[in-house]
Amino acid sequence: MPSSVSTETEERTEDAAPVPVHPPAPARSLLRRWGSWASVAWFLVPALVLFLVFVLAPIVVAVYTGFFKWGGIGPMDDFVGFANYTRLFDDQVFLGDLGRGLYLIVLSITVQLPFALFTAVLLNQRLRGRAVYRMLFFAPYILSEVVTAVLFTMIFLPGDGMADHLVGLLGLEGLQGRWFADPSTVMPTLFVVMIWKYFGFHMMLFLAGLQGIPGEILEAASIDGAGAWQRFRHVTLPLLGPTIRISVFLSVIGSIQLFDLVWVMTAGGPNHSSETMAISMFQFGFKRYQVGYASAISVVLFMISLVFSLFYQRYVLRRDLSGAVTAGGGR
Amino acid sequence: MASIPPSRRRFLALSGLTALSVSMAAACGVDDSGGKPGADGKVTFAWWNIATTEPGKSLFPEISSAFMSDHPNIAIKTTSLENEAFKSKLTATTSSGKLPDVFQTWGGGVLQQQVDAGLVEDLTDVFDWSSDLTPVSLQAYQLGGRTYGVPYDIGMVGFWYNKKLFAKAGITTPPATWAELLDDVRKLKAAGVTPIALAGKEKWPGHYYWAYLAMRVAGLPALQEAATTKDFTGAGFVQAGVHLKELVDLQPFQAAFLGAGYATPGGQAATMGNGKAAMELMGQWGPSVQKDAGADLGADLGFFPFPTVDGGAGRATEVFGGGGGFALRKGAPKEALDFLKFLVLENESKLLASNGYLPVVKGAESQLTDANRKVVADSLVKATGFQLFLDQAYPPAVGQEVNDSVADLIAGKKTPEQVTESITEAAKGA
Repeated sequence: MPSSVSTETEERTEDAAPVPVHPPAPARSLLRRWGSWASVAWFLVPALVLFLVFVLAPIVVAVYTGFFKWGGIGPMDDFVGFANYTRLFDDQVFLGDLGRGLYLIVLSITVQLPFALFTAVLLNQRLRGRAVYRMLFFAPYILSEVVTAVLFTMIFLPGDGMADHLVGLLGLEGLQGRWFADPSTVMPTLFVVMIWKYFGFHMMLFLAGLQGIPGEILEAASIDGAGAWQRFRHVTLPLLGPTIRISVFLSVIGSIQLFDLVWVMTAGGPNHSSETMAISMFQFGFKRYQVGYASAISVVLFMISLVFSLFYQRYVLRRDLSGAVTAGGGR
Repeated sequence: MASIPPSRRRFLALSGLTALSVSMAAACGVDDSGGKPGADGKVTFAWWNIATTEPGKSLFPEISSAFMSDHPNIAIKTTSLENEAFKSKLTATTSSGKLPDVFQTWGGGVLQQQVDAGLVEDLTDVFDWSSDLTPVSLQAYQLGGRTYGVPYDIGMVGFWYNKKLFAKAGITTPPATWAELLDDVRKLKAAGVTPIALAGKEKWPGHYYWAYLAMRVAGLPALQEAATTKDFTGAGFVQAGVHLKELVDLQPFQAAFLGAGYATPGGQAATMGNGKAAMELMGQWGPSVQKDAGADLGADLGFFPFPTVDGGAGRATEVFGGGGGFALRKGAPKEALDFLKFLVLENESKLLASNGYLPVVKGAESQLTDANRKVVADSLVKATGFQLFLDQAYPPAVGQEVNDSVADLIAGKKTPEQVTESITEAAKGA
């Protein structure tokens, strides 16, 4: 292929031409550096524009709208200051939202994560068919939230649902037909669905973390006479620290922003007893057309997530995220 | 290589710039939704409807194509959205101040807000064929003496009941008064039949009870007056809650009704259709949803109007319901109204034959063949008064508060007084 060879050499000579033989003068290198900064900036522009238009601008608009009483139609001219916020912290449903968010966070951390860790440790052993188990446990995470919600609506269907049959076989008839229909059982039921859906994801994170623990350390520990529990407690667990911290972070943020599962399964009911902040926001924004008030809810939701992420990254993930903005200069 | 090709960096910079400017131009592009005749004299207008299910799904495009082939100079750009998706999208579009030329409306409070914002065309002087339509069907779109919408469907809420189960409990005639209804509920319970199916999760089916009771006790004028004075604490409204509580205290609903949806599996319609409950308070669409979600009760299904309350101001012929209509954006082309005339007046028999709609044209009820539709249409013809669904008649915040508060009353979380106070508070704040 003579032609291709010739173009190749041509290109090469063209590229090679500007390479200086002597080391460049300092001024020129500065210019070059500026030039490369300019091209970096140039490549960032499309992403930055999208980020500004679809992330930052909506945040600013939501904060602004939160100071108005506005029905979503016509001019926004009824400035009410912080009235939406004072109303918010006087609203039993919203205060309940906060409590329910905390409930889900606490349960996620104390029940879901240990359970995920347990299965991960189990499936990290040499076990016949462990790939199948891993896939099975991870599968629910792949399903969309809405599919999951519809599925569990059927499982917990009063009368004909699978859950009613199961508790009937176990002799717990008192539970039949309650599930999503009783304010006292709706949150635990919801949490069961959340575990089913998300524990596989955390299990995968832990498995990846476990793979990263060198076998030599565990071997050394057992030579030193450490039992299985001691090896887990003093070697595996500390070395899994970064993964656990990330897992906790994702659980908390996920619980705060929970919407789709709840919306499809209970719509926040019965009588607001499974409502989350995101559901309250949707109710006020798109059902009651109180866009100003809904914006105030979204601002609070955003602030809680933001403050939590900043503090968590600053104080908990400090060692895991060296170089992050919140690392406070120290590495 | 005679001419020097652009360097790679400059080439990338140029292409980046082009891509960016193209996307910016697209983002800033003006949405030309039509309305003005084009250069070729062609009029284009946008039509947003909610006909995503049969029969409208095939019927509406069929009618619009027929209209366009009759009028080659008119092009209709149709957008069909699912009910809830439509409401969300219209909210977003409304806040931008640009409505589509012709859009689905249910009248009442939402339409009033759009009218107040100056977004809707006043049809009063051009809608000269409104006298061909039944007064009941037009009422939802008449605000402050002006007409802002054209109805294509109208219906009402009443009790659908299972004749077999009523007979099983020894009930021969449907109840005519609230006291008789409570009696029948007791009889049904004694016979081991669940008296009423209710979708507690969805809240709107529950509000029918309170609204109808308010109509029967306080009367229609009181409901209309409360909308303007924003005061729902009158004795009649409290009494409506008290009567509803009498019913709730009998525990007439199916097991786990608080978690039940309406059209979902195991929901209100399925419970009713499968013969697991004796009655439901539902609109004219009740039988078809029962059929889809459960089974067709056929000849066992009957209809009776909401009973009267002894000593109340309302009468049994005053009906509670709503329908569907279309409104025009302010400045929409006048051809859009011609299209609506074609849709409603000239295609009424097609709409009725599809068994999906109820007549809005005077005298058209005789064309109905389905027994269930006939009985509803006859009640509408005989109606002496009409009240639009409260969650549509009042501003959305008030309507949703009615739904929420009545749901709380049914769940035993609010007293009748607290219901009226919450609604009043929402009305004053809205």
